[in-house]
Amino acid sequence: MTDDTARPGGAAPPGEPPLLEMTGIVKQFPGARALDGVDLSVRAGEVHCLLGQNGAGKSTLIKVLAGAHRPDAGSVRLAGREIRPASPTAALRLGIAAIYQELDLVDGLPVADNIYLGHEMARLGFGLRGRTHRAARDLLARLGHPEISPAAEVGRLPAAGRQIVSMARALSHDARLLIMDEPSAALAHHEVANLFRVIRELTAAGVAVVYISHRLEEIREIGDRVTVLKDGRSVAAGLPAATTPTARVVALMTGRSAAHGFPERRPAPGGAPEVLRVEGLTLPGRFADVSFSVRAGEVVGLAGLVGSGRSEILETIYGARRPAAGRVLLDGRPLPPRTTAAVRRGIGMAPEERKAQALLLDESVARNVSLAALPRYARFGWLDRRRERADVAARLADLDVRPADPDRPVRTLSGGNQQKAVLARWLIDRRRVLLLDEPTRGVDVGARAELYRLVRDLAGAGLAVVLVSSEIPEVLGLADRVLVLREGRVVHEAPADGLDEHAVLNMIMEGSAMGAVTGDG
Amino acid sequence: MDETARFGRATALAWSTGGRHAGLAVALLLLAIVGTVTRPGTFATTDNLVSVLGLAATIGVITVGMTFVIVGGGIDLSVGAVMALASVWATTLATQAYGPAVMVLCALLVGTGAGLLNGLLVAYGRMVPFIATLAMLVAARGLAQRLSDRRTQLLRPENGAIESLATTRVLGLPLLVYLFAAVAVAGWLLLNRTTFGRRTFAVGGNPEAARLAGIDVRRHTLLLYALSGLCCGIAAIIIMARTTTGSSTHGDLYELDAIAAVIIGGTLLTGGRGTLVGSLLGLLVFTVITDLFILNGLDTSDQLIAKGAIIIAAVLLQRRGLAART
Repeated sequence: MTDDTARPGGAAPPGEPPLLEMTGIVKQFPGARALDGVDLSVRAGEVHCLLGQNGAGKSTLIKVLAGAHRPDAGSVRLAGREIRPASPTAALRLGIAAIYQELDLVDGLPVADNIYLGHEMARLGFGLRGRTHRAARDLLARLGHPEISPAAEVGRLPAAGRQIVSMARALSHDARLLIMDEPSAALAHHEVANLFRVIRELTAAGVAVVYISHRLEEIREIGDRVTVLKDGRSVAAGLPAATTPTARVVALMTGRSAAHGFPERRPAPGGAPEVLRVEGLTLPGRFADVSFSVRAGEVVGLAGLVGSGRSEILETIYGARRPAAGRVLLDGRPLPPRTTAAVRRGIGMAPEERKAQALLLDESVARNVSLAALPRYARFGWLDRRRERADVAARLADLDVRPADPDRPVRTLSGGNQQKAVLARWLIDRRRVLLLDEPTRGVDVGARAELYRLVRDLAGAGLAVVLVSSEIPEVLGLADRVLVLREGRVVHEAPADGLDEHAVLNMIMEGSAMGAVTGDG
Repeated sequence: MDETARFGRATALAWSTGGRHAGLAVALLLLAIVGTVTRPGTFATTDNLVSVLGLAATIGVITVGMTFVIVGGGIDLSVGAVMALASVWATTLATQAYGPAVMVLCALLVGTGAGLLNGLLVAYGRMVPFIATLAMLVAARGLAQRLSDRRTQLLRPENGAIESLATTRVLGLPLLVYLFAAVAVAGWLLLNRTTFGRRTFAVGGNPEAARLAGIDVRRHTLLLYALSGLCCGIAAIIIMARTTTGSSTHGDLYELDAIAAVIIGGTLLTGGRGTLVGSLLGLLVFTVITDLFILNGLDTSDQLIAKGAIIIAAVLLQRRGLAART
């Protein structure tokens, strides 16, 4: 604990008991311990910032707080009273409101109805339209946006307006504690300034705000105190937001306890041919002018925050998105922007959302693995199922998928084994390039090491690999060369050996909400 | 989760498909017993069997196409109307002048053409399948009325070859029953033994994953609707043979019977999972119920109520099957 640096605002004096006191919070998910002993103490009237890398447990923590998850251990006290909100509604009744990154608004309904959704003003089941609209207008005015009409359809509002509606909804519940998850992510610079003004007014009125952001300079501007999470634990609580040096914060976020077993790099031989070349690739609002090349046997890593354009770059190379400018060359020949062409020419992708984008969950492992290579087993469309099964079984054995039963529904496999099944899909056929988007998300530590070894082995066998990960150590440990992305642009490119985690994190987190490519929504 | 629990869930999933088929087979058997008991002289006769299979053949062929469309994540409301249009087009005076072979070709082309148009609207025009095929339902019926001037067009005597599908019997069964069987077998093979079938499950189960696996989802969707249209063309040939007419009123509400049969058979309406055997068993259950009501001289209204009850029961069972997995 560090002393509170006094800031203008409504922050209660340090002597008073905190509004919110979370101690020893543990949350276990199948295969992973998301929270492993988190303490968080928030005073009335302060802006308390939550910092941590992706996967550190921020989202899980706020979901526990907002009643969306129930903790497995630990206690939550609100104004001195032990609480256990069983649902978001229960949390709202206690005065805890959360505003998530994906705003939970109903696009087709007017602003006023969205604000009072779930606690409508009504008499005998008939909505009291006039009263609702008046109350909504008051809330919007209080938030500094009297120009938003209570009758406007929410779907037609810009991102900033939607954010305000979300906040109005939280206020309509008389929230004492407001949780904001990256509220500035979708906002332009001047809108962020207004957001801060609103936050200051709220805290002056005694509302406590838990504020999550990756942008350190924002935290310095609006935050009172900072709690840092790492690997599901709170590694520092209540640091003064304005005066703690950046280096200290970054060190706390990165100082890794668990050593990851990264296999040794075997750099691609100097004369290895260039396989993939990306030239000036641009997708407006996502990324701009991205160029790089990958040689056979090389792993190139893309490091950047969520929203920095990492995944979109992979998807565009793969032909799942159509670039506005630039081109992709495979073995020196241009690749048309279609997934069918990419697959035919030897590119494979393991997408970020394994379940939503890669797997047919109800189908067997075998059918999932062979999906992209069906023509290989077909003569005039007729499948040679015996050969298909034999190949799948061989690949499952190669990758050590457990259990190695091709007929088991893929849904029943663990995260790591599902990911291996996705990789097996591409290894059943000859591939030239493998695009890996967050290959270890939702994968436990043991399986991670296996996946790392696998990726290196594949590169060793001559594949060109492009790796995206929000975990910087993973990029640094696995890639030969690293491209650092910020807001859709490559800001640095260097061999992985020449970079360390702090340097990369600094490059990633520098800069503000203003960016050349920042689009809203 | 421990291994045994996982295994239990996997077997429950495997069992659910086979279990549903067994359930439908048992239902069919019970209905047969009811028929034999209530109408001993008429139910278990060749004549009755032939009439049940004749009825089943027309909607059955349509159900085969419908199963593909629904497994592939879509729906085709236009099947009955497209069949009517194909029957009318094939029996106009102009078409009949060319003889039975051209009439058959005409029915197949009209069906496939309408299906292709459905597919274009859904796959490339990005229309919701429900709406695109609803529009086709209305428009195809209208076109059929216009072509036929709302009159029932009779098969001319020199084109009797088509009628022989219904009149010529091999081993006691009319040829159209064999045609239906051939379509069913071909459909089963296509769905379960070919690249096309495998991709149909992928496109219906997770279109994004299918696309990212390099499958041309739009082209595949187009082909699914074309296939459904082709089945409507075949059904039109069967109905021409059975009734010796082409008419804009043929196939009224067939789309509902076909969709109901597919759902009773255990195919998910959201796509990605289903079996052709289930659809056809579901269809037979429906047809036998109709037959029983007719044989026993019961009100057709009661028959509709019974069918509605069966749909609800089947869907409730389906939900239980789903609940067992999660």
